[in-house]
Amino acid sequence: MAEVRTVEAGLRIVGQPVVRHDARDKVQAATAYAGDWAMAGMLHAVVVRSPYPSARIRRIDMTRANGMKGVVAVLTAADVPRNTLWTDVPGQTTEVGPLRARLHVLAEGRVRHQGEPVALIAAETEEEARAASEAVDVDYEPLPGVFDPDLALASGAPLVHEGSNLLAHWRVARGDVDLAFTRAAVVVEGEYRTQFVDSSYLEPESGVAWLDSDGVITIRLSTQVIEHFRDVAEVLAVPQNRVRVIGTYLGGGFGGKEDVTVEVYLGLLVLRTGRPVKMVWTRQESLLARAKRHPYVMRYRTGASASGEILAHDIALLSDSGAYAYLSALVLLYSTVTAAGPYRVSNVRVDARVAYTNNPPTSAMRGFGAMQMVFAYESQMDRVGRALGLDPVRVRQLNALRRGDILPVGQVIETHVALPELAARAWAGLGERPVPRAAHVRVGRGLACNFQPYGRIVWLHDWSSAWVGFEMDGSLVVRCGAPDVGGGQASSLCQIAAEVLGVDLDRVSIHISDSALTPLAGTTTASRQLYMSGNAVLKASRELREQIVAVAAPMLATDAAAVRLEAGIALAPDGHTLPLADILRQCARVGVSRSHLGVYHAPAGEPVDFEKGQGKVFPDYTFGAHAVDAEVDTETGVVRVLKHVAAHDVGRAINPQSVAGQIQGGAVQGLGYGLMEEVVLEDGINMTTSFASYLIPSAAEAPDVEAVVVESGEGLGPFGARGIGEPPIGPPAAALANAIEDATGARVSTLPITAERVARALGLVPP
Amino acid sequence: MIVGFTLNGRPREIDVPPSQTLLRTLRDTLGVFDAKEGCSEGVCGACTVLLDGRPVSSCLVLTPTARGRRVLTVRGLERAGDLHPLQTAFVEHGAVQCGFCTPGMVLTALAFLEQRPRPDREEIRAALAGNLCRCTGYAKILDAVEAYVSGRRADG
Repeated sequence: MAEVRTVEAGLRIVGQPVVRHDARDKVQAATAYAGDWAMAGMLHAVVVRSPYPSARIRRIDMTRANGMKGVVAVLTAADVPRNTLWTDVPGQTTEVGPLRARLHVLAEGRVRHQGEPVALIAAETEEEARAASEAVDVDYEPLPGVFDPDLALASGAPLVHEGSNLLAHWRVARGDVDLAFTRAAVVVEGEYRTQFVDSSYLEPESGVAWLDSDGVITIRLSTQVIEHFRDVAEVLAVPQNRVRVIGTYLGGGFGGKEDVTVEVYLGLLVLRTGRPVKMVWTRQESLLARAKRHPYVMRYRTGASASGEILAHDIALLSDSGAYAYLSALVLLYSTVTAAGPYRVSNVRVDARVAYTNNPPTSAMRGFGAMQMVFAYESQMDRVGRALGLDPVRVRQLNALRRGDILPVGQVIETHVALPELAARAWAGLGERPVPRAAHVRVGRGLACNFQPYGRIVWLHDWSSAWVGFEMDGSLVVRCGAPDVGGGQASSLCQIAAEVLGVDLDRVSIHISDSALTPLAGTTTASRQLYMSGNAVLKASRELREQIVAVAAPMLATDAAAVRLEAGIALAPDGHTLPLADILRQCARVGVSRSHLGVYHAPAGEPVDFEKGQGKVFPDYTFGAHAVDAEVDTETGVVRVLKHVAAHDVGRAINPQSVAGQIQGGAVQGLGYGLMEEVVLEDGINMTTSFASYLIPSAAEAPDVEAVVVESGEGLGPFGARGIGEPPIGPPAAALANAIEDATGARVSTLPITAERVARALGLVPP
Repeated sequence: MIVGFTLNGRPREIDVPPSQTLLRTLRDTLGVFDAKEGCSEGVCGACTVLLDGRPVSSCLVLTPTARGRRVLTVRGLERAGDLHPLQTAFVEHGAVQCGFCTPGMVLTALAFLEQRPRPDREEIRAALAGNLCRCTGYAKILDAVEAYVSGRRADG
């Protein structure tokens, strides 16, 4: 037997800033992204899209396109076996009724937004496919459209779909709002407007599909949701077990790859041609056609007592779904639940509506309806504090939710809320107040807090599964259907398995994101993957550990409870050790399984009536506080962020380096949202379809965000972790607006906070 | 037209349309996917390669321009199976998330450090402003480049 090894107490791998296996691959371009794939005989496909935001299709003539060199297939709606994609949206309000979000794969007689797919082309080369796409003759009759949700809900507005332009309507009523306002010492009213923005991951939508040798249509693509294999099967009218989706490591997702992208088109073209087909959207196409973040108009009336206690919120929200429902109703639900912010407020009224328009569709994007609210409620909180002479930290600490408090929708907060500590640490992290560098420059500092759900709505009965197994040599394999969007999802799962089963990280390999070969884990969305699949891997690993340890104990002449597994060795208290490989051989001899499938079910519940306000909506929330120092040029209105400290309670940092990366990256996306990003539409026509016109932060615009990682251990994820994918994008825009008011006395209530808007707020140019 | 250049030290000769971009030639003709296509309009920097040691957006360079020149992708940085120390710094400092910008980012940084071996953080920031990253917020990328610079300094 081997010598006794010295082992450290506590965790060896979880909680360490370990190097991610995928980083090593990516830095040498060894990772094969969805577009980095080619096959013999592969066709290239493009989508023909509508140039009009609202039009009738009188006729589509494919004669010219079909006759062009290299063209193999041209498809329109008539060629699609089942041309409708359906998404159930549970828990709708009674006014609109249960919603099945509906979308045509290819337009049928009518287009409702610019960029709507009308036809598909597959050709021998990409150039030939593009040339043929110009030769599809579509006879459009332009129709009146509606491009503003307010106008869309007015009587007589052009209808985007039959019935009504109202897509969803949620209401919350808690306490006696009107009475509470009569008791308020200060009432603050504000109207806040946010814009359409784009995910702008660096990797555009892309994939390759083929008919595999087993007759299964296999689609290898960049997706956050491999479960869309079912949608592909429904559209193709083939059994669901005849479609396989292999999800690649993504070149970014941010929600933009949650709805279907290229997979249905690829499936259709493989079905039609029998040949491998590749589709890669251009950046211009991605900016034109991919769903955007919802713009909001948020009207807030907030009453507070003289001591700064928030007594009441009266909130009206209106959002723009664009031409199709996608996930708009659920996005609005997130807004409704979080509209009062991470604060204890007894009297809250929320009236939230989302309308169809002929703008580009809006859907999931990092923060999912909760992040827009932060701009409104944190502007309001700041103004309340200012009106009462309370400093920004104090007014938030005074009102912060605590364990046991009840949200306006009736959900009880069951875990620790670190908000007071987060606010104090973010604020203190700014240090000395910076000195303006010139007479015309003013500096100010701003704070904004937020909370963001992680995990899916409890009445969706979320679950994840993962398989963990040993090879005979003691190396470990994890199989889990979770897509890795770049946040280190796969690597964190490896850490958890390695920790529990006592193997070194370089002895773990993981297979992810394959609908045929990995246990399904659900979507990499909603900040849920570490929480859900982390728990599934933890469960599988713990149960596998029990199986292994039961065999090891007699070999080590000790009790199972006394066996430790570390660094590929089993140890007994008396110092005896055994290599794992010896134990695994013994498992094979006595017929004990060396693998385990773990299934994790999240806490579940039934849909709640918000107006009656009693029930749980989300499993739990992640809290955060960001503080910024900003300088404002009072001659030009140009704003520059000088310092940014971002604090979040992540429960437990499985990989502190990945956690800091999520916080820094999310914060800079939030600054882009706050300062510069905007999809500009003119009557439904997108004016920002290139990276030269749709501007995202470069290194030159991004401050070095300092991440403050607080670990309360209170999360529902593995080892007490909370989701951290989405939360950091929430606070920056509000923190900036608050810093600008601190610097200049002027408030900007419309995003993005461009120099022009600041100049207007400063009175430098007429409003 | 026949165009010859060296790719990561290896001579290559290919028949391409004169209007083909170097990015298309690498990815479609040669099956070399090291340079990524992020925007095809020279804004994002994901397709950056080094042409005779200078960073170029390969989506804007026509392949005939590369005739007789040296094209380097991030795979050409490896020495005897080891990562280039700058690549190692990226990995160790968490500068890689989705990784789509990483090959271009590494090459731009290396070319910059050839010109200016001892830059401060703000100079690095300015040098990398033409390579967009949507995941990291840039701080860890700057950390990685700084760490590489100071490591090199320590080595003499």
